[in-house]
This record gives sequence, structure tokens and C-alpha cells, in this order.
Amino acid sequence: MSNPLSKLGLVALAILGAFALGTVALSRGESVNAVWLVTASVCVCLIAYRLYAQFIAKHVIQCDPKRVTPAVRYNDGLDYVPTNKYVLFGHHFAAIAGAGPLVGPVLAAQMGYLPGTLWILVGVVFAGAVQDFLVLMISSRRDGRSLGDIIRTEMGPTAGGVALIGVLLIMIIIVAILALVVVKALAGSPWGTFTVAATIPTAILMGVYGRYIRPGRVGEMSLIGFVLLMAALVYGRTVSESPTLAPLFTYDGPTLAVIMMVYGFIASVLPVWLLLAPRDYLTTFLKIGTIVALAIGIVIVMPDLKMPAVTKFIDGTGPVFAGTLFPFLFITIACGAVSGFHALISSGTTPKMLENEAQGPFIGYGGMLMESFVAIMALIAASVLEPGIYFAMNSPAGLIGTDAANAATVISSWGFTITPDMLTQMATDVGEKSILSRAGGAPTLAVGMAHIFAKVIGGQALMGFWYHFAILFEALFILTTVDAGTRVARFMIQDMVGAVVPAFKETKSWANNLIGSALSVAMWGYFLYAGVTDPLGGINTLWPLFGISNQMLAGIALIMSTVVLVKMKLHKVAWVPALPATWLLICTLTAGWQKIFSDVPAIGFWAHGNKFAAALADGKVLAPAKTLDQMAQVVTNDRVDAVMAGLFVLVVLTMMVFGVKAILKGFADAKPSVHEIGGAPGTVENA
Amino acid sequence: MLEEFKTFAKMVKQTGRLMVGIPDYENYVAHRRSIHPDLPVMSYEEFFRERQLNRYGGVNGRIARCC
Repeated sequence: MSNPLSKLGLVALAILGAFALGTVALSRGESVNAVWLVTASVCVCLIAYRLYAQFIAKHVIQCDPKRVTPAVRYNDGLDYVPTNKYVLFGHHFAAIAGAGPLVGPVLAAQMGYLPGTLWILVGVVFAGAVQDFLVLMISSRRDGRSLGDIIRTEMGPTAGGVALIGVLLIMIIIVAILALVVVKALAGSPWGTFTVAATIPTAILMGVYGRYIRPGRVGEMSLIGFVLLMAALVYGRTVSESPTLAPLFTYDGPTLAVIMMVYGFIASVLPVWLLLAPRDYLTTFLKIGTIVALAIGIVIVMPDLKMPAVTKFIDGTGPVFAGTLFPFLFITIACGAVSGFHALISSGTTPKMLENEAQGPFIGYGGMLMESFVAIMALIAASVLEPGIYFAMNSPAGLIGTDAANAATVISSWGFTITPDMLTQMATDVGEKSILSRAGGAPTLAVGMAHIFAKVIGGQALMGFWYHFAILFEALFILTTVDAGTRVARFMIQDMVGAVVPAFKETKSWANNLIGSALSVAMWGYFLYAGVTDPLGGINTLWPLFGISNQMLAGIALIMSTVVLVKMKLHKVAWVPALPATWLLICTLTAGWQKIFSDVPAIGFWAHGNKFAAALADGKVLAPAKTLDQMAQVVTNDRVDAVMAGLFVLVVLTMMVFGVKAILKGFADAKPSVHEIGGAPGTVENA
Repeated sequence: MLEEFKTFAKMVKQTGRLMVGIPDYENYVAHRRSIHPDLPVMSYEEFFRERQLNRYGGVNGRIARCC
């Protein structure tokens, strides 16, 4: 920072950033160009990286370039490999950037683009990137051990166990909600369903090629897969227009949900090289490619944001998700601002490849800044659409009905003028029968991306192709998550049950394998099915649960970071993780509380369940349930969701108590009491 | 210039492969030869399979990627 030129550059960045933010935030009446949003974000991230990340590296976690990292100490050429920092950055980014940052911001756009943008930027700088960076360093100083392990050694075995249960619950909810996103996107869409179905034989072909024909040729496999996928994408239109083929690939939501469960079960017991690994190659490369393409598209097209900066729905009456700005915006945008899941990655493969501690800020903090760009781009893609179209796609059928005329009337009455023609025209443009009530982010993002890409290549004619490409990209990604998530949840279940029934731990046993997978699928399958048949469209109900769980995990990771800093006798700077931890706890606890106990049926699970239970007792059927059986189903779902939210709140509270206890103890200890490995004198091993 | 481009291309390739959990094979071989000359070195095929299983085989329920 001593270089006067770099100081000058920083000042210039600050001025540019302030100007861009001012333009974004203060303009009223006229539409703002997306480039301002991008400029503001880039400036904020660069400044944060230069100042805050370096501050943390120097004064908080105190990165020491001379300290030997596990990658060097245990170098085996396999798991532990000192890796070039740019290569590792790519690895880390590919591991943390998922479907999450693409979905949350799209949903949050119902409050306008400004609240979402501000939370993404403030969140990433002070919470998300801080968490990723600190956990990476903390894990690196413990041989790259996992979050659960670290919590166990630094906060006690009970805290470790509670955290693990929390992680399992998150896995279940994540798989369920992401599967729901796919189901929502594919219901009644033969083009989409055919393309996504085609990925299965494609992946199997790749798998066989990479195992027997040309072993280990990842590039060749991926290229073959990509070509086949594109062919399936083009042929998908023919399928959707064919009267004989189209019905074979046209399913309603509940049927697709069952197909997903059967698929998830089979895929998770197959050998990894056959389906999971090859599809993961496609997923990863397609994801990175699409993110880059979207960024280039936005810069070239420079679209105007049609969504207002702030809509009236900040009062909590929005159709996409219920609840007021606080706490629900902060729950809805989890990934992109702060994602607890990253704590698992930052304490997973990445710390085992960190060449030097000095590279920690670049990988840990920088990687997360990069992900926040993805979130910003998703927000832009949703905001370049006509707001009327956005609301038509994201509002539940229970509110806007199922035909274009009715939807247009309802949405126009909210103040977002739209004609039925515009809705049907958009559906025709993208090659679908209807675009109504396709909540879940993916389709909206797809239309937004199609809108942007079509202006670069192909115009209106290729709109349908781009739309289905975007759907394919997200669905492919999510199917990999469903498959991998089912496996991870299975191993976690085996581990937990195995503590009581040791024989169940044996992962090579086929019986265990099948039982474990069935349990795992049953758990997420329940929530998926409940979501698909949910009167409010599922996303509305389940996304807050996902957001709460992901933020809860981030809260836990930040509590752990605070504990570690205090135990290092660095309590003067422990506010760095303690501050965002407090904020996340406030958000998750408030949101959890409201989801359970709010009197408003649209928000509170319990109130909603009571409303339906009361009607059921009178023998009445409330829309959109059609039979008394469905009514009973709604009541059960509400009770289960309330219990789930309650469990999350309990996990958070328990971790908070353990955290405070560990902090007080660390504070009282005269000497540092952390369990680091290979550090400077003063740590426990070297005392 | 050509050299620089080659280095760059190699790095891109390494990044792409590491993104899907396959570290540099040459580096692995070099490491084994120099540190453990007495121990066997996996062929590329074995190395590839081992890494694949390691990434997705769920050792200790590890999570290789985010949602």
C-alpha cells in the first residue's frame, strides 16, 4: 500500500464506484443501464479486496508466508499438492459457484434491484468473503481438516455433533429445493424434458469412453458430451413440435417429482465413473462457460434495467416470497452474499492445495467476491425483463390463475402493466406453451439470459434455443447436485446411524448402500413432493427454509471463527467474524421465528396449517387444494415445515450457547489455547 | 511470446482438470520419483480412476462442490 500510484488508483476506484452506486441508487423515473450496476459492484469488490481482505490477512488471521502449509507438509501429488494460485482459484471458484447464487437474486428481484444489490455487496464484503477466507486459513492451519472436525476440537464434541446434524438438514433441504427448481422448469415442457433426459445417455457414453475407450481423457470426453448436448438441444424443438414424440416428454409436476426421486436413487448407487463423474465434467465446464458468456453478454448488450429500483413489495405483500424486507431479503439471497455451504468447501479440498498462506486472501476472499458477481449478473438478468413478465413467471398460480388474460389483469392491477399478448408472445418466442408461474429462478434467468444472448447472436429466431440452453445448464447442474447430495447425505446418515449400529457404517456393503440411499432419497423426496403439490407453488414455502439453513451454517462457521480468534488471544479483532455472525443470527432467528409463529398465514407455517385445519374441520376446501385429502396434506406439510424451521432455530441457539461458552473460556485463559498444527511457538502443540 | 502462450495454455488445462478434481499427473509422477523412489507409481489410468473415486466416492461424506 506504500506505492503512491496504487493509492491514487484506489481513490479513483472509490470515486468511480461512488458515482456508479449513486447512479444506481438515486435515479428515479428513468431506467438505469445494467453497466452501472456492474461498475459499482466491480469497484466495491476491488476496494474491499485491497483494503479489507488485506486488513484481515495482516491483522486478523495474520497470514504468514513463512508458515508451512499442509499442501507442502503432506505433499503426495494427490490430495495435498502445492498449487499455483490462479489454478487453485479456478478450482475453488468452480467448487463454490453453484445454482444458489443464480436463484436467490432472481427471487429477490420482486423487491426491486436495489435492495438485492446492496445486500449482495455489503454481505459479500463483510460476511461471505470473510467467512470463506477465515475458514480456509483456519482449516489450513489444521491439516485441512473439515468444519465439523474443527468445531469438535475447538468447541467440544457436542457442538461438533449438533453442527453435523445441521449440515445433514441443509443437504436434505438443498437437494429438495433444487430438484423442485428443475421440476418447475420442466413441467409441461417437452423440449426441456427431452434435453435434460438426453443428458443421461450422454453422460453414460462419456463415462464408458473415459473409462475403457480412451481412459482419463477429460477434454475429449467433455467435448463429445458437449456436442451431443447441443444436438439434443436443437433436436428438442423437433420433439416438442412432434405430435407423437412430444407427449412422451410432457409431464406434470408430481410425475416429474417421482421421476426425480427414482433417478436420484438409481444414480446415487451406480458407480461414480458411469454417470456422476462425466456429468460433473459437463456441468462444471458448462457452468464456467455460461458465467463468462453471461458477463460478456451484459457488457456488450448493455441492457437497461426495466425493474424499478425498489418496488412496493418491500412491505411483505409480494407474490414471489412472503415476508418483509427484513429479515426475508437476507434469507432469500443467501449464496452470492454469504453462503454457509462454502465453509464446507473452504475446509475441504482447497486448504490442502494452498501453496502459501499469503495466497489466502486471493483464493478465499477473492473467490467469494467472484461469486457475488454471478449473483449480481443473475439479478441483472431478472431485472432486464419487463416487470410484468417477471411477475407472471414467478407468481404462484393460486394468485394469478393459469391463463394469460387473467394473469395480465392481476399483474397490471399491481401496477406492472402487461397485456395477455405480451405473455403469450414471450412464451411463443422461447418455444413454450406458457411461461406463467414458473417460479424457482431458472426459467426467469433463462428468459433474461435468452433476452441478452439473443441480442448478441441470433436475435428473436434463436430465443427458444437460448432459453432451453439456460434451462439445460441449470438442470444439468442441479441433477449433479441431486446425485452428489444424495450420496453425501447417505454417508452422513450411515455415519450417524453407524454410531449406534456399527455394522451400518460399512460403506462397501450393498445392503447399507441401498438402505442409506433410500433413506436419503425419502428425506429430500418428501420435501420435493410436498413442494410440487404445495398450493403456493413450493418455492414460496421451501426457499426460506433453504435460506435459513444456509445462513445458519454461515452463522456457525463465523461463530467458530470468532472462537478461534479469541482462543488465539486475538479478541481485539474478533469483531471481524463476530459482527457478521451476530447479523446472521439475528436474521435466521427472526426469520425462523416468523416462519413458525407469524399470525399471517402467508408467512407462518403454523398459522397457515391452522387455517387449513379449521377449514378441514368444517368440511370446506380452500383453494388451491381441490379435495379434503389435499387439505389434510397441506396441514401435514405445514406442520413438518414448522418443525423443520424449529430444528434450525434450535441448532442456531445451541451453537450460540456453545460459542459464547468457548469464547468466555478462551478469553479467561492466559495463553493461546487453539489447536493449530505447525504454527509458531505459543500454540498448543508447540507450547 | 510462444513460450508464454504455451505456459498459459498449460495453466488453463491444469485449471480445467483441477476443477473436476484431477490434479497434475506429471507433477504426481515427479513427486513420487523424487520423494519415494522405492515405491510404485500409478499409471495415468490408475491415477485417473483413483482421483475419480476420491472425488465422488464419498470418503467420510466429503463434499467436493457447492449447491
